[in-house]
Amino acid sequence: MNAKKTRKAGGIGQLMIPLIALGVLILFNLIRDPGFFSISLSNTGVLTGNLVSVIDSASELAIIAMGMTLVTASCGGQDISVGAVGAIAGSIFVCTLQAMGRITIWSVILGIIFCIGVAIMFCCFNGTLVSVFKIQPMIATLILFSCGRSIAYWFSGSATPQLSSPIIVAMGITIPGIPVPTPIFAVVLMGILLSLVFRFTNLRLYTQSVGINQGAARLNGINPVMIKMLSFVILGVCVAIAGVIGVSRIGQIAHQTLLVEIEMDAILAVAIGGNSLGGGRFRVVGSVIGAYIIKMLTITLYAMSVAPANVKAYKAIVIILIVLAGSPVIRNRAAVLLNRFRIGKETKAAAKGVN
Amino acid sequence: MKRREPLTNTQLLMTIAIGIFIGMYALAMAFLGGGFLKAQQFFDILNDNSFLILLGCALTIVMIGGGINISVGGVVGLTVMACALYLNGTNIENSTLSISVTLLLALGIGLAFGIGQGFLISYMEIQPFIVTLAGMFLARGLTTMLSIYPVKVTHEGFKELVKQKLQIPFLGYIAKNGNLIPAKLEIGAIVALVMLILTWYLLKHVKLGRDIYALGGNQQSALMLGINVKRSRFLSYVISGFLSGLAGFVYLLHMPAGKADTANASEMDAIAASIIGGTLLTGGVGNVFGTFFGVLILATIKKIIVLSPLNDSWWQDMASGAMLGFFILLQSIVLSTREKRKIKAADKAALQKG
Amino acid sequence: MQNDTILTMRGIDKQFPGTRALSKVDFTLRKGEIHALMGENGAGKSTLIKVLTGVYEKDGGSIWLEGVEGEAHIHSPQDAQKLGIATVYQEITLCPNLTVAENMYIGRTEGQIVPWKEYEKKATALLNNLGIPARAKQELNHCSLAVQQMVAIARAVDMNCKVLILDEPTSSLDDKEVEMLFSLMRDLKSRGVGIIFVTHFLEQVYEVSDRITVLRNGELVGEYAIEDLPQVELVAKMMGKDLHDLSDLEQIGSKHKAEDEIIYEAQKISSSESKPFDFSIHKGEVNGFTGLLGSGRSESVRAIFGADRVTGGKVKMKGKEVKISKPHDAMKAGIGYLPEDRKKDGIIADLSVRENIILALQVMRGFFRPMSKAQMEAFADEYIKALNIKTASQDTLVGSLSGGNQQKVILARWLLTHPDYLILDEPTRGIDVGTKLEIQKLVLKLAAEENMSITFISSEIEEMLRTCSRLIVMRDRNIVGELTGDQLTQAQVMKTIAGGGQ
Repeated sequence: MNAKKTRKAGGIGQLMIPLIALGVLILFNLIRDPGFFSISLSNTGVLTGNLVSVIDSASELAIIAMGMTLVTASCGGQDISVGAVGAIAGSIFVCTLQAMGRITIWSVILGIIFCIGVAIMFCCFNGTLVSVFKIQPMIATLILFSCGRSIAYWFSGSATPQLSSPIIVAMGITIPGIPVPTPIFAVVLMGILLSLVFRFTNLRLYTQSVGINQGAARLNGINPVMIKMLSFVILGVCVAIAGVIGVSRIGQIAHQTLLVEIEMDAILAVAIGGNSLGGGRFRVVGSVIGAYIIKMLTITLYAMSVAPANVKAYKAIVIILIVLAGSPVIRNRAAVLLNRFRIGKETKAAAKGVN
Repeated sequence: MKRREPLTNTQLLMTIAIGIFIGMYALAMAFLGGGFLKAQQFFDILNDNSFLILLGCALTIVMIGGGINISVGGVVGLTVMACALYLNGTNIENSTLSISVTLLLALGIGLAFGIGQGFLISYMEIQPFIVTLAGMFLARGLTTMLSIYPVKVTHEGFKELVKQKLQIPFLGYIAKNGNLIPAKLEIGAIVALVMLILTWYLLKHVKLGRDIYALGGNQQSALMLGINVKRSRFLSYVISGFLSGLAGFVYLLHMPAGKADTANASEMDAIAASIIGGTLLTGGVGNVFGTFFGVLILATIKKIIVLSPLNDSWWQDMASGAMLGFFILLQSIVLSTREKRKIKAADKAALQKG
Repeated sequence: MQNDTILTMRGIDKQFPGTRALSKVDFTLRKGEIHALMGENGAGKSTLIKVLTGVYEKDGGSIWLEGVEGEAHIHSPQDAQKLGIATVYQEITLCPNLTVAENMYIGRTEGQIVPWKEYEKKATALLNNLGIPARAKQELNHCSLAVQQMVAIARAVDMNCKVLILDEPTSSLDDKEVEMLFSLMRDLKSRGVGIIFVTHFLEQVYEVSDRITVLRNGELVGEYAIEDLPQVELVAKMMGKDLHDLSDLEQIGSKHKAEDEIIYEAQKISSSESKPFDFSIHKGEVNGFTGLLGSGRSESVRAIFGADRVTGGKVKMKGKEVKISKPHDAMKAGIGYLPEDRKKDGIIADLSVRENIILALQVMRGFFRPMSKAQMEAFADEYIKALNIKTASQDTLVGSLSGGNQQKVILARWLLTHPDYLILDEPTRGIDVGTKLEIQKLVLKLAAEENMSITFISSEIEEMLRTCSRLIVMRDRNIVGELTGDQLTQAQVMKTIAGGGQ
């Protein structure tokens, strides 16, 4: 921190621990059950297997983690209302479809646009509190966290109508003829979109500058308010897409359980991905890996016949182990040990040389 | 030359919270009447929320130190479940002894979580949000491992204890049949109020408390001033854990049954109460009495909704969300105008000197 | 060992990953002595002090203290305090949310209960005794920075310390306050306290110190009595050059004659922090704002750049009227600004040297036109070479460079945008003598060779006299005079600042 060590930017360093963690999980599963990752084509022409269900079920989390990474980087805090805003977005989607009557491609597209718009609006509410009124993100988003699901209920009412349409099934489960679950395509699409944004704009540079030193960023012509708002807008898009996927999976809106507790998992994914929760430098890829780690862990535990309700306890322990491995204290200890080992080797080599 | 010091930020924010609570309560008395005119209404708020007062204290301490603890609700859930199971399974004849052991069990669980989390946060330097999030997962997971089904306390001695209430005749009211019905305060509420005062004393007058304030004000400075920063932070989480364990016991006293989702999301209520009471998440600013009024404000809002024509659970959520938003904005505006005035005053002083 | 020695450090080693910060450094402090610790940035002064105060653990060597049997073991700031070593740092290391009294006593009292009454009584007495304008019950963040610094010293004084370390305590104080501090130091000295004084201001060293220890590149150069080491020689020792190499210290280049064309012109420009003022600068001119700390010189240039909220005024750039209400406007108009506070407003510590260099140019190109990696690398390379920035690589995080090199990175950032008008607010503060000189030379070169207009601000008047052809003097947020040509002498500047000029 204040030490005069020369630290380098970039590289794969940040991704080391999440990648290792993912590797260990995979290895563990392979040893436990060599057939764990076998993928088969079901008679309906859909790929099935544990690996597919990990990647499929992590879709919403991975998408939201992308947006969460940006908000974390620019604001140095987390949005804990994403689950609630996702429920609102889902409600809007369902409401639009109902209002249109018949479910067609066009009504679905309109519904998606509509729900993205509303999600952006709610995220901008959070963004305004954070960027203009300079309120800590967690506090600002506590408001929608506590009343967002009630707002969702207010939109869609207590009725949870079934959206029975092949289009919805195609969106939430699989498109006929394509063996890969659709939500996976949504993740890939969002990933490509985001990397295009990074490629053709200065979003990364601006976001990191604002996250590291807002005052200096401003004096270099960057508008911190705009950048923070932008990160919330992007999060809004992510949340809306996740909301639509969630609704399409079950074909109805369940405003109390849609994307429930996903905010906590998304923050975890960001942290496991090696991003600092205090903002600044970030790797979106890290967060996505983090999301897959979390789901892989869950599916592994299910496969070991741990009751769903008890999964949390094991998850907690693994999470602590992963962040512990990345903690500065452990890293320094490891570096010191490594150094000692190296010096020992050198002196031995030197001694040999003398002989 | 005696001169009054201007209010500190802590005092200012707390004063606002107290003022608004009194105003709100007075309005409720004037327009809703009924229950609000009886002292029992206020005591009911205390009785129902005694565990939340304790959780508020638990959160305020760590937030003053610049941290956060979102495992408190989970710890309450676990404690309630463990204690309920213990009480039902115990075959100790002496009921005082078994209840004491239950209390120790509750405090032990709380302390264990506090020590574990404090160690990881303070000595391993892991972000508190992640550690306590994992703590919450762990607590909730352990709770369902103990039992997925609700467990009702059948222990006679404990049920007797639950019924014990402090009767305050002069705050009572005359019922229709002419009998005086004294105001009743539960044991849990008394415990919460005592702990509230102890926590206040700890933060105001005990060295550790001041060290926690210093730590939240500026960690680097605190280190340079010779404060054992790591130990202070560690202890703040230990105390927080202890209070959550106690909150679990108090919860059981109010509602003697364990459930998988006991005190669900109550950590967020406790955070909201702390914020309304003027504790800043950035650390160094806050006061448990403010938090106490934060709890009262949130509880009163819910009571008002129940008694109003809008009686619906989602209106309660909306109202408390709106209240929280109102306070957050108010604080932001108050603090920023204060900051501006302070700079102006400093400029003036500089000019006079020069 | 002599009897009056209170602190002996022998063979101190300290290693950081990649660098050796201290190697075999000796340091001796005697009773009732003010001992200046000198060296350029990165010489190891701060490291040595942090080893002594327990912030860092030393890798080798030993420390002896008077009254301590055997070697002193210092593993934490608390240990240092217990052994009677008190420190006042450049940055205020007090807690803003606590009261003045509490800041003076926290962290060093026995007992678990806080004796508030006693704190307040003792603090009030001490504050009065030392003449510090603060009240015991006041919250610290209601005090000015200077008063906060004084409170930190009061804390150290009250500790009855044997060793008092003052690490650049004067950088945020004005002359009067510095004088106050010095009399305090002399007072403590007469009570037998040994004082280690670290500063970048050479004059101050000669005003109060008895001895000087010079460090360079983490090694000991030597220890000298003040009368044996003239100022020029001290500079030579710090920079590691012989005396004759220093002839260019005074002659860093000749001033360039400005052209007639006016680059920037402002009428009645004002911001939330500054009063309305008129100002203009010619093409190729180097001018400066001078005045005491708090006179409004920084606020004025911030108003020009739009760094604070602009409240009024008309601005013309090259004769054309432009509206500058935020930094981005100023950048588009061709103005660059190196801010006064490098850490807070200048560097983006966790970004790489390359990203820090290209930042301003990138912002000017716009959000949707990112540079290619090759382009960035070429630009960064060019300026790392041109300004002689010492960094391991382009990817090194800028926060891990020394102060002088960080300053050069920010300079490179603005030079890369090729501004018509460059504002440098305290570019030489807190950096070593060698880099100071380099920056002054660069200013003159830019004006002469590229016809750049430059506003140069420095707390050290000689630097401004060397570089500026016009000085605007400020007092109490107003422009009180303008000096050119023959008027540019130290005496005249002082007189104008003090109010006797014109």
